[in-house]
Amino acid sequence: MGQPQQPHDPRGNLVRPYAVTRGRTEPRRDIPIEAVLVASRSAVQEARFAGHDKYRIAVLCEPRAQSLAEIAARSRLPLGVARVLVADMVTDGLLSLHSAAPRQGFTERMDLLERVLSGLRKL
Amino acid sequence: MDYANSEPAGAPPTEITSAKIIIAGGFGVGKTTLVGSVSEIEPLTTEAVMTSAGHGIDDASKVPGKETTTVAMDFGRITMAEDLILYLFGTPGQTRFWFMWDELIRGAVGAAVLVDTRRISDAFAPLDYFENRHLPYLVALNCFDGAPRYEPDEVREALAIAPHVPLIMCDARVRDSVKHVLVGVVEHAMATLVAEHGRGYPTPVG
Repeated sequence: MGQPQQPHDPRGNLVRPYAVTRGRTEPRRDIPIEAVLVASRSAVQEARFAGHDKYRIAVLCEPRAQSLAEIAARSRLPLGVARVLVADMVTDGLLSLHSAAPRQGFTERMDLLERVLSGLRKL
Repeated sequence: MDYANSEPAGAPPTEITSAKIIIAGGFGVGKTTLVGSVSEIEPLTTEAVMTSAGHGIDDASKVPGKETTTVAMDFGRITMAEDLILYLFGTPGQTRFWFMWDELIRGAVGAAVLVDTRRISDAFAPLDYFENRHLPYLVALNCFDGAPRYEPDEVREALAIAPHVPLIMCDARVRDSVKHVLVGVVEHAMATLVAEHGRGYPTPVG
């Protein structure tokens, strides 16, 4: 993924939801909405210096893994904004990104389906 | 994957996999009720900001001055194991936001299209959508109290549901009934995957 392009005058292009990302709309990496993120205790401490929104996200992800969708919903940020912030935090080592379901490979996909099926039956 | 680089020191070593199932259907058909019946959390809402131009989500800043619209998706969570989480995502109700579904369904295990027999025509749009995607789906008839009951065959014919697509009855308010729908989605996904594998062209999801 390329570097986000900086407009000549970022303020001219801002729409309000993206003010917290300083107008950037392209995340540094693609993160599926269901992929979960975890913050270690030390990462939460470090995130204190990363700004209010990022700190809140780290705090959310410390006790329990949270998906990108949950992070957006619980921090009341639009999905695209949360994705930019979370991608930054992954790059900066403040969050660890876990994997979404495999999309390739018969065995890998079948194994996951079997685990989900057995999980549902136990509900 | 550059997991080793991005993992903060002291993080739990377990790799957590998350999967999702899509719950589609017309506005007010009971998608959020269904999600709430099995979710371990109160269904949450996530919002995406889009331009009125309607191409690409969250792209508003590229077209300054364009009107922006917010689309809401409801979702729930089932933690199945320490290393496995299933999310249930309800599609945005308004069919004009289909383009958003493409992102939503990418990588999904499968989908259930919820149908209200009182407003059967609301199901045409979502069914058309899934018919043209490589995502296993089934049709779940939500039987509200007092709703006209049709025989499954009548509904199948009325909606022109392909023979290979499972059709099941459910009550979105009842946990066991919803569980049955989700089990049906996963079983259908497995059967589809096995069939594709047998034909020698496994199709990436989405």
